[in-house]
Amino acid sequence: MNAAILPGATAGDKTFLLAVEALTVSFDGFKAVNDVSFYVDPDEIRVIIGPNGAGKTTVLDLICGRTRATSGSIKYKGTELTKLSESAIVQAGVGRKFQTPSIYDDLTVFENLEISFPRGRTVLGALMFKRDAEVRDRIHEIAEMIFLKDHLDKRAEFLSHGQKQWLEIGMLLIQDPELLMLDEPVAGMSVAERKKTAELLHQIIKGRSVLVIEHDMKFVEDIAHRVTVLHQGKVLSEGSMERVKTDPKVVEVYLGH
Amino acid sequence: MKLPTINDNPFMKPMEWASLALLCAVIFLVLPLALDGFRLNLVGKYLTYAFVALGLVICWGYCGILSLGQGVFFGLGGYCMAMYLKLEASSVENTKIQSTPGIPDFMDWNQITALPWFWTPFKSLPLTLIAVVLVPTLFAFIIGAAMFKRRVGGTYFAIITQAIAAILTILIVGQQGYTGGINGITDLRTLHGWDIRTDSAKYILYFVNGGLLVACVLVAQYVKRSKLGRILVAMRDKEDRVRFSGYGVASFKIFAFCLAAAFAAVGGAMFTLQVGFMSPSFVGIVPSIEMVIYAAVGGRLSLFGAIYGTLLVNWAKTTFSESFPELWLFGLGALFIAVVLAFPNGLAGIWRQHVEPLLTRRPKAAAPAALPQGAPAE
Amino acid sequence: MFGDYSLGDLGAIFAMQGFAGLILFSVYVLMALGLAIIFGQMGVINMAHGEFMILGAYMTYLCSTFFQAHLPSLFPVYFFVAMALAFVAAGALGMLVEWGLIRHLYKRPLDTLLATWGLSLILQQAYRSIFGAREVGVELPSWMMGSVQATDTIEIQINGLFVMAITVLITLVVAALLFASRYGKQVRAVMQNRVMAGAVGIDTEKVDRLTFGLGCGIAGVAGSAFTMIGSTGPTSGQLYIVDTFLIVVFGGAASLLGTIASAFSISQTQSTLEFFLSGSTAKVLTLLGVVGILMLRPQGLFTLKVRR
Repeated sequence: MNAAILPGATAGDKTFLLAVEALTVSFDGFKAVNDVSFYVDPDEIRVIIGPNGAGKTTVLDLICGRTRATSGSIKYKGTELTKLSESAIVQAGVGRKFQTPSIYDDLTVFENLEISFPRGRTVLGALMFKRDAEVRDRIHEIAEMIFLKDHLDKRAEFLSHGQKQWLEIGMLLIQDPELLMLDEPVAGMSVAERKKTAELLHQIIKGRSVLVIEHDMKFVEDIAHRVTVLHQGKVLSEGSMERVKTDPKVVEVYLGH
Repeated sequence: MKLPTINDNPFMKPMEWASLALLCAVIFLVLPLALDGFRLNLVGKYLTYAFVALGLVICWGYCGILSLGQGVFFGLGGYCMAMYLKLEASSVENTKIQSTPGIPDFMDWNQITALPWFWTPFKSLPLTLIAVVLVPTLFAFIIGAAMFKRRVGGTYFAIITQAIAAILTILIVGQQGYTGGINGITDLRTLHGWDIRTDSAKYILYFVNGGLLVACVLVAQYVKRSKLGRILVAMRDKEDRVRFSGYGVASFKIFAFCLAAAFAAVGGAMFTLQVGFMSPSFVGIVPSIEMVIYAAVGGRLSLFGAIYGTLLVNWAKTTFSESFPELWLFGLGALFIAVVLAFPNGLAGIWRQHVEPLLTRRPKAAAPAALPQGAPAE
Repeated sequence: MFGDYSLGDLGAIFAMQGFAGLILFSVYVLMALGLAIIFGQMGVINMAHGEFMILGAYMTYLCSTFFQAHLPSLFPVYFFVAMALAFVAAGALGMLVEWGLIRHLYKRPLDTLLATWGLSLILQQAYRSIFGAREVGVELPSWMMGSVQATDTIEIQINGLFVMAITVLITLVVAALLFASRYGKQVRAVMQNRVMAGAVGIDTEKVDRLTFGLGCGIAGVAGSAFTMIGSTGPTSGQLYIVDTFLIVVFGGAASLLGTIASAFSISQTQSTLEFFLSGSTAKVLTLLGVVGILMLRPQGLFTLKVRR
């Protein structure tokens, strides 16, 4: 799969990992995302902020194929994503974490991670899948990273909210995506869990691009290379956190209160 | 202490081996020794429904797809087998009094003078055996591909499959020249020259049927414990998460549906062989939904439960409708309601909660089982 | 199959079959309307819907025998009484069922399906025990028999027009109830966000019960209309349940307009085809068409594209 992908889309003379251009989606006339363009560099941490209903989650939905664009393009390493199936987008190297923890309650932590291990993704492959040393080692490695190594045998439904969030992050890590998209990774966490998560994120963002939606400004300042502000489906402002923070338009609609 | 439980993913756990041994003992020893030929044949008939229930455990229990059209696949398998047997029974010699000898009697009655094209493959036994499994599975594949690729599931899928069961029944009844109509295909005699109506043949067929059922249990067990089985559970839980972990969700659902259809088809063919006829009354809405209740009574997540559930419901049906025909429908209706309201995991759930702890005497602190126990579909 | 008829004949045939399909259409619309409320608004699959319809049919039958025996002078208007009684009886049973069964299963649509199937079996056996296994028919008052000669080749049955008028009336009342009344707003609020609706002071349990009762009541009226096209037996309702579900799904589950349009197209296709082909082939072709279209367009005819 990966071999077929061209090395890098170019806009001007720069190589982007992800190039979103003129992206628009309308639901019965309502434009939830309206002519949005932005570019993400390799290894960049980009945070998307904006008031509720600004279209942040919809943008992630569009990139990962959950929602189909009305018009515009999303190029990932030169491949047009708007035409690919969700599973093909994942296999191309895009991982997505949902806003509410999305894990398999009925399975153990180990099994949750195992399903995300990027092998045996076809029907036949899944039937023939062997739980070999490579799989086990990788799962233990990830479990260690997401603070769940002592809970591998536990059914996921018995985890705490924060642990569930970590598990889902772990499920993405095991896929080793080049572009990781996180939707409010620290929402609903206790202070201690939040600190641990920030630590975890700092550790995992190395060597990949990350697209994060987050409301916690301290957290954003802490991790963001660049920030994109969405408002009513459009890009309101973009740049470093310092620049965005002082942009009067942003202050008016989002940060000012 | 921790590693072994994670590392071993045996084909069957000790409890499951015990269940398998028990099932084999019941099918191959207890029932044949305890029952006379007539009753044993009756149990053999019940066990053909167990194939359907087994498929439903995978498709409905594990994958969360409720098909109300399993009778279609049971029927198609049964009809394929019946067409072969009917052609063998309709040799020119046997049918010389007809205006067109050599074709099934009901065709002759309906003024059909040549064998229709879709009957000709069923002159050959190997082709028939292939068709028994292939035709229903292919049909399931077409339905599944059309529906699951468009993300149709849940109640819509149930309604559509039910409609397909209705359509097929009306079609079979309406086209009696080609299908035998409401009476079905009757008066079946020999399988490749071997008379299936004799007592010894029925005895042998019972054991063949039992063997096939155990084989299907093993296939289902393999699927259940493979990663595919866990993906099915995961999809039932959080379909989007599976999709965004890089899996083509539709193909997994199609697989589960096709597997259930193939099981049902084998059951249908064995039904025809053991009972000696096939008719539209095993295809339609009512039998299809009754087959769901067999799986529900046994426990929608338990392979072995599904078989015992099938036996129990059918035994009750025969007993009650012999002595209190009025009560039976009340009883069956109440069973549907009770299984949903009070025992969503059926017999297997009761067994797991109340009997198994006594047998294994595990300390209370044992890790919770990996497989779902308290999760009703949807 | 059209080869033997002239164009004028064909026109007349289509018109006649069209009017002959009116009662079928009305039964379908009323059945589907009830189901659309229950399935479309509440998300409950009621497999016993046909049995609620048949309850209405039996009520009509009882009325017809009662008026014939005891109130022959009022016989011409008994049908109105029968319809009201059918609505009340089916509605009351519906509310009882909601209280005893459905309310425990709101989060589990597939389980509701199985439970209501069990209910339908119980009701069928109850009808068989009470009214006997034999099918019964009703006597129509004389003013409802006969037909109006529209042109020299087209006749319209009066009872068809009558049922049609009742259907239109009920549809309008339901539409007004759901889209213009306070109750309708509550229904929609509960369906969209049960917890929130409860929090702002709507008695969600009462709304559920009334809505389920309303849907079943309309099915009862459908049963009254049904007595004009077929005789009533314990299992007559089961024959209609699949058609009705297909209509609701085909119309797009939440849309009343869609339900009516789909009931119209399905009943008219079927009755027109029936003229040219055998009844079973017509039915198979119609249902196959619907299933085929649903496979290509699973969301039905009328749906909104919504933000997930």
